[in-house]
Formats: sequence, C-alpha cells, structure tokens
Amino acid sequence: MDDILCESRTVNKTLAIINTSGLIYTYPGGREPSLVDVSLTIEKGDYVILTGPSGCGKTTLCRCLNGLIPHFYSGKLEGEIKVASLTVSEHSIYELAKHVGLVFQNPENQLFALSVEKDVAFGLENLGVPREDMRARVDWALQMTGIYDLRERAPHELSGGQQQRVAIACVLAMKPDIMVLDEPTSFLDPLGAQKIFEVIGDLNKKLGITVILVEHRLDLASKYANHVIVMDEGKVVLDGKPLDVFDSESARLIGVGIPKATRLYQALRQSGVYLNRVPVNSQEATLLLQEVLTRDRG
Amino acid sequence: MIEVKDVYFTYPNNVEALKGVSLNIRKGDFVAIMGQNGAGKTTLVKHFNGLLKPTKGTVTVNGVDTREESVAKLSRGIGFVFQNPDNQLFCETVEEEVAFALRNFGFEDKIIQKRVEWAINLLGLAKHRQSSPFMLSGGERKRVALASVLAWNPDVVILDEPTIGQDYQQKEKLRQFIVQLNAQGKTVVVVTHDVEFVAECNPRVVLMAQGEIVVDGDAKHVLTNAKLVTEASIVPPQISQIFMGLTDLGLPFDIIDVYEARDILLDFLGGDL
Repeated sequence: MDDILCESRTVNKTLAIINTSGLIYTYPGGREPSLVDVSLTIEKGDYVILTGPSGCGKTTLCRCLNGLIPHFYSGKLEGEIKVASLTVSEHSIYELAKHVGLVFQNPENQLFALSVEKDVAFGLENLGVPREDMRARVDWALQMTGIYDLRERAPHELSGGQQQRVAIACVLAMKPDIMVLDEPTSFLDPLGAQKIFEVIGDLNKKLGITVILVEHRLDLASKYANHVIVMDEGKVVLDGKPLDVFDSESARLIGVGIPKATRLYQALRQSGVYLNRVPVNSQEATLLLQEVLTRDRG
Repeated sequence: MIEVKDVYFTYPNNVEALKGVSLNIRKGDFVAIMGQNGAGKTTLVKHFNGLLKPTKGTVTVNGVDTREESVAKLSRGIGFVFQNPDNQLFCETVEEEVAFALRNFGFEDKIIQKRVEWAINLLGLAKHRQSSPFMLSGGERKRVALASVLAWNPDVVILDEPTIGQDYQQKEKLRQFIVQLNAQGKTVVVVTHDVEFVAECNPRVVLMAQGEIVVDGDAKHVLTNAKLVTEASIVPPQISQIFMGLTDLGLPFDIIDVYEARDILLDFLGGDL
C-alpha cells in the first residue's frame, strides 16, 4: 500500500534539487543508525512537510541537507546525497550554506546582534558580500518577511513571532535555493504561527524557494504544502501528495497528527458518506461538504 | 481552592502584565488558560504557587493569602511544570531529578523510592532512568519535568505549554494522562496555545488578552466564538472553522469534535432521505 503511494507521485528527476539514495547514518557512539536507507527526491519549488514521531530522524535528515552531517557531526554516513547539484560529502558547510538555509525551533538560539538589521547582515558579512550589495539584500529580506519597520530594534525585545521572522530574514538574505525550517512555530500562538506559515508560503510561491518544513501541527501547516514526507524509526514510510499521505492507513498508525478536516472525511466515509476528494484543510472541507449536503437535499 | 481577586501585577520594568484579574478555581477543575504571547497567562499562574505576589488584589490558596506563605509551603500542594524544562532540570540522572523535590520535602527513603518508580514508569521514562536529562530530547525532558512534579503528589498541577515539541502520539498520551489525573480528583491548570489539544480535552477555558480575562466558559463556547478567539490571537479549531462555513444550511457552528461533527452531518443527510 505504501509502496504504491510512493510510486504514485510522479517524480521528475531532472527537476530534483535534493536527491538522496540509500542514505544510512549512525551518530558517533550510536548503536543503531538514525537514518535507514533513506531515498527521496525533492523537486525545485516543492513545499515539503517533513513529519513523524519524535526521534524518527527528521532533524538528522535536515542536518544532512546542509552538510552538518558529515562535516560537523562525524559518525558513519553511507549512500549518496546531492543538494543543488552538489554532492554534500564533497563540499564544505560554507559552500552549502549558500544554497541551503536552516531556521531553528527557537529563534533565541540563533539571534544575538544588537539590532535586527545587524543580525540579518551577519551571514552576508561571513560570505564576504560587498557593502552596497549587503544593504540592498538586508532591506529586501526585511521587507519580504514584513519586519522592515523593526530593523533598528533589538531582537531580544521582540515577540516570539517577530523574532522568528528575523531568523527567517537572516536566512533569506543569503538567497538560498532551499530553506529548511525545523519546527519554526512551536513557541508561537496560533495567529503568530499562521503568519510565519504565510511568510514561508510567500517565499515559496513568489521566489520559488524550495521549502522543507519540519512540523507536527499539520492542521495549520498543510494548507501550503504540495509534498509530505513521513518518517518513522529512521525510515521514510510515506512520501507523496498531502491528501494521499493524510488519508493513508499507515499515517494513522504511526500517529501522525492528521488534520481534523481529513479525519472528518474519514469518519464520514466509514458511515457511507463520500466527499469528492480528501480535504486537507477547513476551507476545502467546507466546500466539499456544501456540495454533498446541498446535492442530497435537492 | 484558588481564589484570585482583582489582581494587578506590574513587573519591575513597569510592564503591567495583569490588570484586574478575578478567577475562581475549584477543587477538581480542569482549566485551560489561553491567549496570545504576552497576554499574561504565565504571569497569572505564577501567582498560584506564590512565585509572584500581586501588586494589588489578593490570591488565596485553600484560604491562605499567598503573601503570607512561603513558596516552598505552597508548592507542596501546587506543582508547577515550566514551559522550558531546562529551567527546572539540573540533576545528573533522571532518577535523581525525580527524587529531588521528595528529598527536599523530607520524605522517607522508602517512600521516595516508591514514588520515583511510580512517576518514572507513568511517564515512560524507565529506560532513561540513568541518563542525564540533558542527553534527552526536548519532549523527553518535558516528561522528566512532569514526573518530578507528580512524584510529590500535589493537589493542583499547573502545566505551562505542555504540548510544545511533543509529537501527536505523545500529545495524545499526555491528553489521556491529564484527563486521568483530573478524573482522580486533581485540579489541573494548563497554559497553552494549542487549540486542537484543548478541543480534544474539552476543559473550562479562560481566555486572556492584554492582562485581562476576556471570557471564561466551556471549551465549546469559547473556541467557537470567532470574534473573541481572533482577538486573542487564536485560530478556532479546524472542525469549528468547517462548520462556520455551513451555517447557511442551518447547521450549528459551535462544534469542535470530529465525531460530534460526523453525527450532525449524518443526521442532516439522514433526515432528508
């Protein structure tokens, strides 16, 4: 069933921006591998949600994408991983950082400068970007994330949601092809989280940045994604379109937090009421229900 | 049990975090305190065990004014699990961590051993008992913090953002666990943003905004009030969002549970067949 699901997603390898095959990784001192035979393809412009139970290998996989594994974490890496046409094991973190930006769960771990714009400029200084160019890129990144007005404020004085936007701006200023965000909204209130998902959605749509979002709260996040990967015990167990993945039996068994809209669809199906499609968010569910409810009435 | 009367609280930097809050928590209540970042939720619950004392107004716990009691004494009855477990963990092993407060409260060794065993198993930490809390994942550290509080069996358990960093399965376990604690007569106060989690627990909800309580009622009524929840930076639960779009058909909008939703839809369809 899952194999079928994996194959039903037609993958165009020529559009691949990330490609791993047979990836196996064991942390130094680890008894068992944290990644087990991970093979996947992510296309340029994809918005991927990467989910699965804690300890399933999500963060470890993210670390492979920007070269933290194997360059910073030693341990044993087998298989191949290519990101933006670069073989990760053959290129330094510094080189990969130009293509892959990483945003963490807690922005406090990532921000340290005295003003927002200095924080955003920091990565560019490290890359040796010329001064005039830097100014333009910092302003652009601040505008794209909606925090231009906060540029002179101290990051630690801002709200959690604003801080997370600063963290995203820092990464965006580097103009990465790929942005990897590891649970970027877990400390935020729901509206704050929604704004972050919108900012990320915008970057994906308008700038074509490939997004890989590690997330448990699928109710809020799934609106924007076109590709969902579920991991369990180091393996990729589901890989496909959101509606196929959320409606699969194994997603329920692994304990993925399937959106309520999809769960309602499933509960109705069990009782013999079929909606035309699998909804993954509330707007879709409302429309599909309106169809069924008015049709059966008329 | 906990009585908050017209409480104001101003931090030393002059930020007025609570502006006239009144709230009554009875024994056996299950209360979720919700609201946007900075609404005053954590400030409020820190008054329950005397960590903060009101600038104006009173907080009484079991009839005792918190200003006249030490935090140590109040904590015996009120266990507080912080938002960030790293603020509360410091021992070298999980076992020592869970035993720490029990030692402080002067329990006998035999009882300590028993309680530690009980709490560690309850939270599924048995295989980590000899690990350093700092080697564990965020979700696991959170459970260690919870175990160390439950070990001394307080009457009231306060959990500040318990679902952060927990995956769906752990959340589900946590939910069952909290509901069970509550059923055993414990008073449970949860501070949270997690709307879907609250929708599934169905507690009494106290919604805060800018240092004030905006509304206090059952989850179903509070969370389906689109205007209020939006003001408090919260998004209504997905099921209620779906039903808000179906009111034209004469369906109710105040639904938060998947199975209740299903039954209503089946009824609606069935009635016409």
